[in-house]
Amino acid sequence: MNSDHVGLLTVRVWRGREEGRFETYRVPARANQTVLDVVTEVQRSQEPALAYRFACRVGVCGSCAMTVNDRPRWTCRTHVARVREEGILTIEPLRNMPRIKDLACDLTPFFEKWQKAGGRHVATASRRDPLQKIDPRSKPRLAASAAIECINCAVCYSACDVVSWNAGYLGPAALNRAWTLVNDARHGARHETLDRAFADGGCASCHSQGNCTRHCPVELSPSESIAGLKRSALFGAPKLREPA
Amino acid sequence: MMERRFFLLQRLSALVLAPLVLVHLILILYAVRNGLTADEILGRTQGSLAWALFYGLFVVAAAVHAPLGLRNILREWTALGDRAAAGLAAAFALVLLLLGLRAVVAVVG
Ligand code: SF4
Ligand code: SF4
Ligand code: FES
Repeated sequence: MNSDHVGLLTVRVWRGREEGRFETYRVPARANQTVLDVVTEVQRSQEPALAYRFACRVGVCGSCAMTVNDRPRWTCRTHVARVREEGILTIEPLRNMPRIKDLACDLTPFFEKWQKAGGRHVATASRRDPLQKIDPRSKPRLAASAAIECINCAVCYSACDVVSWNAGYLGPAALNRAWTLVNDARHGARHETLDRAFADGGCASCHSQGNCTRHCPVELSPSESIAGLKRSALFGAPKLREPA
Repeated sequence: MMERRFFLLQRLSALVLAPLVLVHLILILYAVRNGLTADEILGRTQGSLAWALFYGLFVVAAAVHAPLGLRNILREWTALGDRAAAGLAAAFALVLLLLGLRAVVAVVG
């Protein structure tokens, strides 16, 4: 395991809950190493009680996000070489959510807001009905597709300052989800979703500065989705053409 | 529903204000550069329905637009509750409306 070892890396890791401290560890620096590799190495070789979360390790599941050198990131796809500052990594849990232990947050409020924003799909057909035809080049479908690949990692939510000062704000991910549904011909509650996205704490609270978009690891643009929701206040929900 | 209406009103009033502010600024430049006296200005505005409508609309749009922004700022930056913020903003709207309309009456009346 030490074959590609090129010196030592200093890692400061948050230990504790809301109250806690940084502990410093030294791990072998390797040529090809992600932040998640480093956390795992610390946990396996030095701090067996270190709590953190991950599952897929390949940028699909969205469970490994942490704050790394002050920015929210997906740690399994973040190479240490890209983010270390003077050989030091500082790793904390995500912002804007209650902490459970060490690097693990409680994402309950994050997902509750998805529900609050009307993010639950309401079916318009059953499996016995014929497949609904959707024109993949129609404007609403393009808008939905552009925003659909969210991995629920909460990086954007952690990056959003409005969430940090207004706990009631639904946040970029939930509103991004709402925007995909507002554009989805197969969603049976498009207007209800739009109403919810516009309720108190909804899209009108967004400052449009795009920190969410800047940090989204899969390069979605929640701020653009929110702009779409805001436009819908002026011009109504996107018009869907009946599929031919 | 309320938030959506406020949001809409704020954008629409901005839409109305934008050209009015421009004309208003050009007017100020014009008056200053040509050295118009207060009397000369009043001579042109008094009894003019067009200026009454222009500035009347201006005042109403401003009295809608500014307090909505103020409400947002109060809600975000102060410990005031939502109700207090809304109350203060409404009071501010009233003040803007009264002072503004009074000025319009003085200029065109
Ligand atoms: S653009 Fe809106 S949602 Fe995105 S970080 Fe800024 S305030 Fe939050
Ligand atoms: S929008 Fe991007 S940053 Fe936000 S939860 Fe989805 S994938 Fe993560
Ligand atoms: S572990 Fe699944 S996205 Fe990082």
